Amino acid sequence: MNKKVIVVGGGVSGMTAAGALSELGMEVVLLEKDDHTGGHAGNWDRLFPSRRPGKEVIDFIEKSMSSTVEIRCGSRVTSIDRNTEGFTVNLHNGDPLTAESVVIATGYELFDARKKEEYGYGIYDNVITSAELEAIFKEGRQLVTHNGKTPQRVGLIHCVGSRDEKVGNLYCSKVCCVTGVKQAIEIREMLPGCEVFSFYMDLRMYDRNFEELYYEAQQKWGVNFIRGRLSECAENPDHSLILKTEDTLTGRPLKMTVDLVVLLVGFVPRPETRIISDMLKLQTGSDGFLSPVDEHFKDNSTSVPGLFLAGAVKGPACIVNSIADARATAVQVKAYINGEMVKW
Amino acid sequence: MINFNLFVLPFFLGLIYLVAKIGKTWYRWIKALPAIDKVKFIAGIRHPQLFLSALKEVFLEALIHRRMWKRNPLLGYMHMSFALGWFLLIVCGNIESRFYSGTHLNAPYYPIFLKFFIHDKLVLFFEVFSVPGFFRFLMDFLLLFVLSGLVLALIKRQKSKWFGLKRTTEFQLTDSISLACLWLIFPMRLLAESYTAGYYGSGGGFMTQPLGNLLVAITPFRSDYAAYSMWWGYSLSLGIFFITLPYSRYMHIPTEVLLIFFRHLEIQPKKWYSSFSDVEVQACSRCGVCIDVCQLNDAGINDSQAVYFIRGVRDKYVPEEISRKCLLCGRCQEVCPVGISTDSLRLIKRRELVSGQASDFSYLTTQRTGAPCQGEVVYFAGCMSHLTPAIIRAMKGIMEQAGISYVHLDENGSVCCGRPLMIAGKDRQAQGLIDFNKRLIGLTHAKLLVTSCPICYRVFREEYNLPIRIQHHSQFILELVKTGKIPLQGHFKNVAYHDPCDLGRGSGVYTAPRELLSKIADLVPVPQDANNALCCGGSLGIFEASQQQHNAMTAVTLDMLMKNQPEILATACPLCKKTLEKQSPVAVKDIAELVYESLPKPVYFAASGQSHPAKSYANELI
Repeated sequence: MNKKVIVVGGGVSGMTAAGALSELGMEVVLLEKDDHTGGHAGNWDRLFPSRRPGKEVIDFIEKSMSSTVEIRCGSRVTSIDRNTEGFTVNLHNGDPLTAESVVIATGYELFDARKKEEYGYGIYDNVITSAELEAIFKEGRQLVTHNGKTPQRVGLIHCVGSRDEKVGNLYCSKVCCVTGVKQAIEIREMLPGCEVFSFYMDLRMYDRNFEELYYEAQQKWGVNFIRGRLSECAENPDHSLILKTEDTLTGRPLKMTVDLVVLLVGFVPRPETRIISDMLKLQTGSDGFLSPVDEHFKDNSTSVPGLFLAGAVKGPACIVNSIADARATAVQVKAYINGEMVKW
Repeated sequence: MINFNLFVLPFFLGLIYLVAKIGKTWYRWIKALPAIDKVKFIAGIRHPQLFLSALKEVFLEALIHRRMWKRNPLLGYMHMSFALGWFLLIVCGNIESRFYSGTHLNAPYYPIFLKFFIHDKLVLFFEVFSVPGFFRFLMDFLLLFVLSGLVLALIKRQKSKWFGLKRTTEFQLTDSISLACLWLIFPMRLLAESYTAGYYGSGGGFMTQPLGNLLVAITPFRSDYAAYSMWWGYSLSLGIFFITLPYSRYMHIPTEVLLIFFRHLEIQPKKWYSSFSDVEVQACSRCGVCIDVCQLNDAGINDSQAVYFIRGVRDKYVPEEISRKCLLCGRCQEVCPVGISTDSLRLIKRRELVSGQASDFSYLTTQRTGAPCQGEVVYFAGCMSHLTPAIIRAMKGIMEQAGISYVHLDENGSVCCGRPLMIAGKDRQAQGLIDFNKRLIGLTHAKLLVTSCPICYRVFREEYNLPIRIQHHSQFILELVKTGKIPLQGHFKNVAYHDPCDLGRGSGVYTAPRELLSKIADLVPVPQDANNALCCGGSLGIFEASQQQHNAMTAVTLDMLMKNQPEILATACPLCKKTLEKQSPVAVKDIAELVYESLPKPVYFAASGQSHPAKSYANELI
């Protein structure tokens, strides 16, 4: 039997799945549309909650793929056909590829903050996203306002594009809360004289060591957490920003001027996810992410035999969970190719 | 000859009852008018010009049914044949009866049952130019006219789509009785007149005579009894119709006449339930034209359309939910054949639901906010525009470019315009906000108030009584362009314009935004626009819709707007922008933004523009 597997998407999940499958003796081709692998995680400076450098994790996964995985960067998938022999994957460049099994690990996209126009991203100079802040950290640049001054006060806005019916996303993006706590600490580390205010609805510190990090942010770093969803953001003539919200713990309206605003943008499905689901008739949830056949027991399988899902293409997930999920997918794929029934 | 027979009694008594009942109701309504309206009414009906103009509209609407014609010709014809046909039958029948009786003082039933009392010699077809021949021809023709409407009415029960109606209302018992009698009147008249003409061998017209001859020929029993029972049937159907009319939907017929007079005499809807409202409610024909145009259908809401709401008001029971389940987009009002002010009625009912004291806004003082700066224009962006800062940036840029000295009131302590509270029926609560804004506006000494939000624009015009001009920014920018204050360079291709409800139907501003846009863009046609435009789905008017239901309405509106593949959707309302934006496949921009982007060099408003210097609100509570 042919043991070819194609993994679509070269982020954390795709690379992990490819590495694991290769380890399990499969012939793996990894397709990545960008010119390098690593995905979103590759853009992250340090990871929560341990603040381990993201590069360490990416390097480890890349090494795990060893030399046996055929990595094709800059390859865009145009269509995936299921036929009697297996799958044919057509690319925008080069010949079609065939495989016994395909893993979809195309992940997610960050919410376009311009859609939350009242926060002024793309309109005011001093509004940036959490991804942009992370890039500043990663590149070792100094955090400054648009006109080069050191900010005296920074506002971090939670749940931008998540848990917000008004932008059409009711779901929680899971990683932004703790990212916000991490970034608040990092701003304080970089600029000890800068006050940091976090505006949140509630902080979902669900995983190991998250709560501890939140505690540290308050106790050690003096980050101010204000329970209130930002209602609007206006710009002063000096380009500083006026934030309006209700402090729901005191029950009073609050107005505050800050020099810089960081929007903690959530996860949204890629437009390609819709194309894939239409093409292969896969199920999606009301959130637009792909749904597995069974949320507990077939959480990597789809209704198409031989087609598997891994990672955040199924909805928001952190790196730790994506790695675990991708490994589980690899085992499922191997079992499928060997014709074994997985009963556990 | 004594022109009387027992069978005239049902008709005669029914007519007396109807006239008395309508007279009493009208008297009650007019008596209950507020003093000022009573004066207007009494002066108005004595004013020949006003009276005639009202009469003209009664003729056009109550008889010709002009609005129905515009909606659907079949529907228009059906209504016209009944109303105008019957009216002419009465008028011509009266004239004809005077010819026979030689007097003007006939009993009211005499013309109605003329053919029972009069059966003169056979008149041949060529004698149509003689007086009796002419009338016989005319009366038969008019009867045929009415009967053609009846045939259409029967077809409409089965094929309402042909008449432009997808959904219609259900009948109540009195409606059904009334309708059955109404439908029986004219076939009974046809039978009675024909049979009588056939029995006497004369007296019928081109239709009734041959039909009568045939009927008499094929009748196996004594035809005079048959004829007599038909006259009884005719009279009974008239009588029952008249008696049930005030308790059925057909009460709209006389009530519409009074409503038209009220309107022509400038009697306006009030903020509370007045006799004007009562007249409007009774003038509703329950035709259901408002059902199909209501966008709540797209959200799966089908119990609160105007006709159902008005039914509730008439029955003196409107569930709170029904009052609150309305977009207040004004689409039903636009198509209502009677022109009922459906949105005002809904607001009246919402006001009735609100209890409690006016809110305390005493904390709103200029000591707290500081007195505003002064300028020639006061710019009120409005709360909704705070959610779309690109509009505010564009407006500031445009005013900078035009060299206008303006005060941005939102940065000078202004508060909500009050409309959202008023939409909830909380007019008294809104008054505190209105008063405060008015004071601030006065302190700016501006000559012109410009707003970016049609919701604010409408409330400024309708509720503020400001001594200065009020413009929506589309009108304001158009004036700047026309007077050469701002040069425009850019050009956009394939732009579709979405009419905001409060700007279009609400305030009648249709041309200014289009004229302005046409200077900077190629407009693509929108299938439903201007007064027929769809609501974006984000209306503040409704309190009972989920986000999903709002989204469903928005999706339908977007499908319609995208019909001719525009590359940009332009609108003139921050709320429409915000609503359409989240689901639109193409960019959604406010007119102000497009103009701003068309300026030769978009100026950044930077540190100019008058507002308070930036304060550092260190955790300051407001």
